[in-house]
Amino acid sequence: MNFTFSHRKITGLLAIVPANERSFTDEMANFNFPIARSLKLKMVMGYDKHRIVDGPVCASDLACFGMEYLFDKGLLSRDDCDALIVVTQSPDYFMPPTSSVIQGRLRLKQDIFCLDINQGCAGFLVGLIEAFLLLHEPSIQKVVLINVDVLSRKTSSKDRNSYPLIGDAASITIVERSDNSRPIHANFKMDGSRRDALTIPAGGFRLPSSPETAVLEDDGENNLRAKDHLRMDGSGVFNFVQVEVPPMVRDLLQRAQATFEDVDYFLFHQPNRFMLQKLADAMGVPYAKMPSNIVENYGNSSGVTIPMAIAHNLRQVVLDGGINACLAGFGVGLTWASMLMRLGPLSFCELIDF
Amino acid sequence: MKTIEELLREIRPEFDFTASNDLIGDGMLDSYDVVTLVSELDRNFGICIAGVDILPEHFQNLASIQTLVRKYTAL
Repeated sequence: MNFTFSHRKITGLLAIVPANERSFTDEMANFNFPIARSLKLKMVMGYDKHRIVDGPVCASDLACFGMEYLFDKGLLSRDDCDALIVVTQSPDYFMPPTSSVIQGRLRLKQDIFCLDINQGCAGFLVGLIEAFLLLHEPSIQKVVLINVDVLSRKTSSKDRNSYPLIGDAASITIVERSDNSRPIHANFKMDGSRRDALTIPAGGFRLPSSPETAVLEDDGENNLRAKDHLRMDGSGVFNFVQVEVPPMVRDLLQRAQATFEDVDYFLFHQPNRFMLQKLADAMGVPYAKMPSNIVENYGNSSGVTIPMAIAHNLRQVVLDGGINACLAGFGVGLTWASMLMRLGPLSFCELIDF
Repeated sequence: MKTIEELLREIRPEFDFTASNDLIGDGMLDSYDVVTLVSELDRNFGICIAGVDILPEHFQNLASIQTLVRKYTAL
């Protein structure tokens, strides 16, 4: 599905990461693999440090911390929040929605449109599309888009496929109308028939959590995880990304009558360095134009990795002037989406510790 | 330049890779070993194996890996 928007812009961006940093080297002993094999993988995938919550920290805790920071710094006013979109796969509760929790905890006005979206690695794109659509409504001037996940709490520490790369984080993106009519092009695709490639099998109504679903099982590759834990078909997801993403980006650029050279930065979801470099190779994009350093510094925080890539790598650039950015997210669903937009100048762009 | 067999032995020294026709099915290579191997093949042979070619069938045995590498060294 293709979208074209105009008179829309991102005006501010804040990323929040837990202060608790773990290192792959320290955690290698948890995995049932020879150290030499793990070290080789560290080099290839870019595993190094990751930030995960310490204790029972929830999505709304990270989100409210960030929002309070913006209020305290005068970067956002409570009364200006006309709509609140929360994109998460790790909600505080089944019910109420996490957006309700955040609205209540922050004492935001009652005249606000709140919405939860269950999305993951494409969640920043999905959230932006939703925010742009909401701005069709004249009574909405400012949309607060929160992407947040604390999926380390649903990942087995004995799963070398997932645990070293998982990261917890939140981002707050302010979306508003713009005087600039420059179009923003986007596309979005979904294939739910491949939904089992990334899943947490137990804990919903289909398979409620029980003592049985908490039992660790060997996946045949020496990774131990329970049905309550996140599981990823690494090969399947890798192949999905390599097959689907390059043509999606080519289609997007073609529709926008732009070339790869017109794009200053390709800001893609950050699953691991290897996957991103293979994507860059497939599209003939220089590595310098496609940051791939979020997993090694913070971990993969699903829908938050694109804002993290911006705040970590391009803060001054997006504050000072702006860039032609091609964004792409891909993952759980399976979902893949991309967007071509002018990003910046922003009024704020920061990355803070929780 | 190392041979494919030498690169495989560096990743999984405990196995004789000539003894299997199904390296993945026989548990001699897991999905992350394949990623490591691709990285080593790229570096060792000066090639760039496309992501769409990183499929289990191309890593089934020494012969299939050899065929894959030849595809890129011939380019």
